[in-house]
Amino acid sequence: MELSTTAWIVLAAALATYLTRIGGHVVLSRFKRIHPRVQAALDAVPAAVLTTLVAPAAVFSGPAEIATIIVAVVATFYLPAMAVFALGWAAILAFRALIG
Amino acid sequence: MNARRDIIEGIRAATPGMLAATPFGLLFGALAVDNGFTVGEAVLMSATVFAGASQMVGIDLFGDRVAPWLIVLSIFAVNFRHVLYSAAMSRHMRGWSTLQRYLGFFVLIDPHYAETEKRAETGRPITFVWFITGGVAFYIMWVVEGWLGAVFGRLVENPAAYGVDFLLPIYFLGLVMGFRKRANWLPVVIASAAASIAAYALVGSPWHVSLGALAGIVVAAVIGAPAAPAEEG
Repeated sequence: MELSTTAWIVLAAALATYLTRIGGHVVLSRFKRIHPRVQAALDAVPAAVLTTLVAPAAVFSGPAEIATIIVAVVATFYLPAMAVFALGWAAILAFRALIG
Repeated sequence: MNARRDIIEGIRAATPGMLAATPFGLLFGALAVDNGFTVGEAVLMSATVFAGASQMVGIDLFGDRVAPWLIVLSIFAVNFRHVLYSAAMSRHMRGWSTLQRYLGFFVLIDPHYAETEKRAETGRPITFVWFITGGVAFYIMWVVEGWLGAVFGRLVENPAAYGVDFLLPIYFLGLVMGFRKRANWLPVVIASAAASIAAYALVGSPWHVSLGALAGIVVAAVIGAPAAPAEEG
């Protein structure tokens, strides 16, 4: 089977992506003991990375997106995850209709 | 039976993320065909890269006739955050065989990583069966969505009209808030938010992800270890 140029680029990108997914583990597994500061850094990974997927998306989109984020943050203190998600969806639709 | 419970819980954990990602899986297929991909190439990309944001960036560059190495490098840059996930996952994979680890890493996507950390926080074990079940469920959905989007192209013409373009940020926000009991959570979130916003404006996407995350992680490392040890002994 002849692979197209596009297919080759896609496969190279897939390999590059897989390397990022094993890279941290490969590096870290060389160490027997994990320093407490490294431990603290690893504990911070989920909040640190996920925050970067939210903050610029909200700030650089507009007032409707910022308002939605505020509503969703408040809701997380009172509602379970799926309800926050549904409320957030309703909020983005409502705010976009009202304030654009 | 433990394995059976792990399978059920694995699928349950993956469900909200799968819902949030569905529009993007479809949109990817549609945009890929718009940018000159065949249906087969679109499906190949979803099936081998399996990372939504980077796939979008990739097809965008294909449309612009950018040099192949630059496309690969850009996808690598968007996906660089996975290095951090991978490092943090080591702690949860102690009982796994080498083969299980390297299979598992293939499905180490944002929502699945976050669900894994959530589960670890409650003290339940991260078994290979639990992890791979959710990961494979996500994977099958993603590939099928890419195929559907590619075949039925115009299905999601204007995602902003239905608010679906903002579903992932909402979902990720819920996950961030879910980690708020962790040590250093507030300083980490503030540092990551400020740094990612600054980097987005000054350096540009996708570097805001790596730079923002790095800022939060450095803050955590500087403040130091939490008073209580992490979940496993």
